[in-house]
Amino acid sequence: MISGFVRVTSRLAFVNLAAAFLAQGALAQSGEVNVYTYRETKLIQPLFDAFTKDTGIKVNVLSASSGLEQRIATEGANSPADVLLTVDIGRLQDAVNAGITQPIQSDVLAKTVPSQYHGADNSWYGISMRARVFYVSKDRVKEEKITYEELADPKWKGKICIRSGQHIYNNALIAAYIAKHGAAEAEKWVAGVKANLAQKPSGGDRETARDVAAGKCDIGVGNTYYWALMNDVDADKKAWADATRVVLPTFKDGGTHVNISGVVLAKNAPNKANAIKLMEWLVGEKAQKIYADMNYEYPVRAGVPVHKTVAGYGKLTPDTTPLAKIATFKKDASTLVDKVGFDN
Amino acid sequence: MNSLATHDSLGSDDAPALRRGIWRLSAWDVAGFGIAILAALLVLAPLASLVWVAFQDETETWRHLAAYVIPVALRQTAGLLSGVAIITAVIGIGTAWLVTTYEFPGRTALTWLLPLPLAVPTYIVAYVYVDVLEVSGPVQSALRAVFGWRTPQDYWFPSIRSLGGAIFVFSFVLFPYVYLATRTVFQLQSASFIEAARVHGARSLNLVWHITLPLARPAIAVGIALALLETLNDIGASEYLGVQTLTLSIFTTWLNRGSLPGAAQIACVMLLIVAGLIVLEQMARRRRSYTSSAQKPHPAARIRLQGVSAWSAAAACFVPFLIGFAVPAIYLVQETFERSLLTGFDPALARHTLTTLTFAACATVLVLAIGFGAVIAVRLFRHRFVAICVQIAGIGYAVPGTVLALGLLAPLVAVDTAANWLTQSLAGVTVGLIVAGSGAAVVIAYVVRFLAISTGFAQAGLGRISTEFDDTARMSGAPPGMVLRTIHMPLARPAIWGAALLVFVDCLKELPATLLLRPLNVETLSTYIYQYATRGNFEEGSLAALMIVAVGIIPVIRIARHADLAIEAAGPQVSTE
Repeated sequence: MISGFVRVTSRLAFVNLAAAFLAQGALAQSGEVNVYTYRETKLIQPLFDAFTKDTGIKVNVLSASSGLEQRIATEGANSPADVLLTVDIGRLQDAVNAGITQPIQSDVLAKTVPSQYHGADNSWYGISMRARVFYVSKDRVKEEKITYEELADPKWKGKICIRSGQHIYNNALIAAYIAKHGAAEAEKWVAGVKANLAQKPSGGDRETARDVAAGKCDIGVGNTYYWALMNDVDADKKAWADATRVVLPTFKDGGTHVNISGVVLAKNAPNKANAIKLMEWLVGEKAQKIYADMNYEYPVRAGVPVHKTVAGYGKLTPDTTPLAKIATFKKDASTLVDKVGFDN
Repeated sequence: MNSLATHDSLGSDDAPALRRGIWRLSAWDVAGFGIAILAALLVLAPLASLVWVAFQDETETWRHLAAYVIPVALRQTAGLLSGVAIITAVIGIGTAWLVTTYEFPGRTALTWLLPLPLAVPTYIVAYVYVDVLEVSGPVQSALRAVFGWRTPQDYWFPSIRSLGGAIFVFSFVLFPYVYLATRTVFQLQSASFIEAARVHGARSLNLVWHITLPLARPAIAVGIALALLETLNDIGASEYLGVQTLTLSIFTTWLNRGSLPGAAQIACVMLLIVAGLIVLEQMARRRRSYTSSAQKPHPAARIRLQGVSAWSAAAACFVPFLIGFAVPAIYLVQETFERSLLTGFDPALARHTLTTLTFAACATVLVLAIGFGAVIAVRLFRHRFVAICVQIAGIGYAVPGTVLALGLLAPLVAVDTAANWLTQSLAGVTVGLIVAGSGAAVVIAYVVRFLAISTGFAQAGLGRISTEFDDTARMSGAPPGMVLRTIHMPLARPAIWGAALLVFVDCLKELPATLLLRPLNVETLSTYIYQYATRGNFEEGSLAALMIVAVGIIPVIRIARHADLAIEAAGPQVSTE
C-alpha cells in the first residue's frame, strides 16, 4: 500500500517537478524583471500584465505577507530580486535600513512623484496613496467632521471598532500621532482610544464596517479603498457600505493621515534597467489610472483623477508631516501599543 | 520506543554498533546512524541560525518584551494550550473509544468521517465561524428573529473572537490527531487483555480506566502533543480571533519593531515551552509503558448498543464531525456557488493544485523515510546518541512556520553559495540559488516542520512491538535489513499510514513557510487563498479552500480503511506461535 502511494505521488511529482523546481532557471534574462511584493497578486497582476503588453518585459512575481526584506538580505549577491513593491512607509524605510536597496536614478520618477513621497537619496518612491479614515454609522453618527484626537474623547465610549494596534495601518497612524504630538501625548491618546473600544481589536478593516453596520459600534477605523470595494465590487458586503459613510478625519491642526504603496530597487538587482522601466511605467498615466479605478487608491501622479466613489468621500487634504519622519516612529508606535496593552 | 529508560537499562554491552568498534561498522550501521544524524541536523541548522540571530541584539528589546509582551503572550498561550489539550483529549479519546468498543448506527461511516476536520486549515475554520457566529451571521440573526431582539445590546452572546472562541475552533479542528493516534492503538490492543477483564466481570468504565487508557497512553500523549504544537504554530486563526499568542508576538515583534533578533528571542522562549511539552509527553509515556506480548493481537469484539445509548453514541461522534468539518465545508460550498466560482473557474487554480500536490508528496515521502528510518535506527542500535538525534528531530514541529523559514534561509543560501563556488571553479558558470530559490526550499521546510509527526507515529507504533521480536530475530542471525522487512515494516504499517496522512494533509495546508520560501511565480492553494484573506475577502478563495479539503479527504478516507486492513494483515505475521 505504501509503495502504491509512493508510486502515485512520485509520478505526480515528476510531472510538476520541472515547473516548480526550475522556476529559478528562467531568471536573469534580458526580457524580465523580478518583483518581490507585499501587495496581493490579484491587485497588481492587471498592472503587470499591462506593463508586459506595453514593453514586452515579463514580470516574475513573488508575493508574501512578511519577511521579504529578510529573504533578499539572506539571498545576498545571488538574489534574483529586482524590485520590492510594498505598502506602508515603515516597510519601505525598513528595506532601506536593512541595506538591501540602492538609490533609484530616474528623472521621470523624480519629476512625477511629489517630494513628500520620496525617500532621502531617492532610496524609495511612493506609487499610490491611501488614507486612514472612519466608517461611521449613517443612523447614529451625525458629526460631519471628526478629528483623530477625538477618537479618545469619552463621548465615544464603547462605540469604536478597530483592528489590531500592531497592524501596519494602525502602526503608521500611531507613528504619525507621535510625530505630531510627541510620545507622551500619543500614549494618552492610545489609552483613551482603548478605553472607548466596543470590543477587543481584531479582524480586518472590512469587519469594522460590518460591526458598525450590525450596531456593535458607531465608528470603525479603515482604509479608503476598502469602503469603495464594499460599495462597488463586493456585492455581499454592499449592506455594510450602505449602513455606513466615510468621514475623512484630520489631525486637529493638520490633514488626513495618508500612507503609500511604493518601490525600492534591490541592491543586487540583476535586471536593473528593466526594474527602473517598470517603476517609471507604474507612475505613468495608464498605471496610475489602474491604481485609481481598479484599486480605488489615490494616484500619486498629478492630473490623474480619483475614482468617483473615492471622490465622494470629500476632498482629501493629506497631512504634511513627511512620511520619512513618520517612519522613524514605527518602532515607538509598536512599543506603545504593547505598553498600553491595546490589543489585550 | 516506549522510553529511553528501557534502553538504558539494557546497558551498552547490548549495543552492537558500539561493541563492534568504529572500523567494523557495517553498511547498516552507517545508514542507521546517518539517517538519525541527518534528521537531527535538518532541524538543528535552522534553530542554530535562529539562536545566533537572537543574540545579535541590544538588550533593550528584550527588556521591553519581558515587561510588556511575553507575560501577556505566556498567559494567553497557556490558556489556549490547556483548553485545547483538555477538549481534544475528551473528544479524541471519547470518539476513538466509542467507535472501537461499541457497535451503533453509523459507526462505520463515523470511523472515517471523524478524521476529516484535519483536511480543513484552521485559519479557514476560524474565518468561517466568525462569519457564522458574529452579530450579522446566520446564528445571531436567527436568534434575533425568533426572540424579537432588535440590536446586539438586547441580549448576550459569547464572542467567537476571544480565548474561548479560539479554544473552540482549534479543538474541533485538531481533535483528530488524538482520535487517529488513539484509535490505532485501541484497535491493536490485544483482545486478550480486554476479554480477560470482561470475563472477570470488569465493568466498562473500569476497563477503560485500568486497561484501555494506560495501554494507549503513549499514543494519547503523541496525539495531544501534535494538537498542541499545531496550536502553538498557528498565526492566521489566532490573529483573526484576537488572541495574543507567543507566535503572534514573534510575528509583530519582527514586523513592527523591525526586530528579527527580538522575534528570535521570543521564538527561543517558545522553544523552551516546546521542550517542556516534549518532556511531559515523554513522562506520560514513561511512567507506565506496556508492550504487547508476542502473541497475535486480534481486535476485541465490539459490544452492540441498543436504543437510547446507541443513538447517544452516534450523536456524540457526529457532533465533533459536524462542527469540525461539515459546517465549514457546507459554508465553503455555499460560497463557491453563490459567487459562481465554478463557472468563472480560474484556470491558474489547476496549476496551483498540482504544485501543492507535488510539494506535499515529495515532502511526505522524505518525512516518512527519514522519520521512520531514524526511529528504527534507535531500535536496532539502542544507542543513546541515536535516540537523542530523534528527540531533536521532533523539535522542528514546534517552530512556527515563519520563524522556521527565516532560520532556514541562511543555511540554504550557504549550500547555494557552496554550489556556486563549486560550479564556478569547475565549469566557470554560476547556477544561482538552486536550493533557496527553488521548490526544494519549500520541501525542506515541510520536512523539518513535519518530521515530528513521523517520528512520533513511528515511536508509538513501533513502541508497541516488544523488542523481544528483534532480539529473537537477531539472535537467530537475522541481519537488520531482514528484521526491518519482516518485523518492523509490517507491524508499523498502520503507523506509517497514519503518519503519511497527517504529513500529507499538513503540507497541503501549510501557509507561513510556503509564503516565505516559495520560488517566483509559484503559488500553492494556501498562498492563493491567503491573497484573498489578506484583503478581507477570503470567501473569494472558497473554491481553493474546498480543493485543499477535497484533496485532503482522499488520503484521510484511504488511511481509515487501510489502517483497518493493515491491522488484519499484520496479525498472522506477528505470531510466533
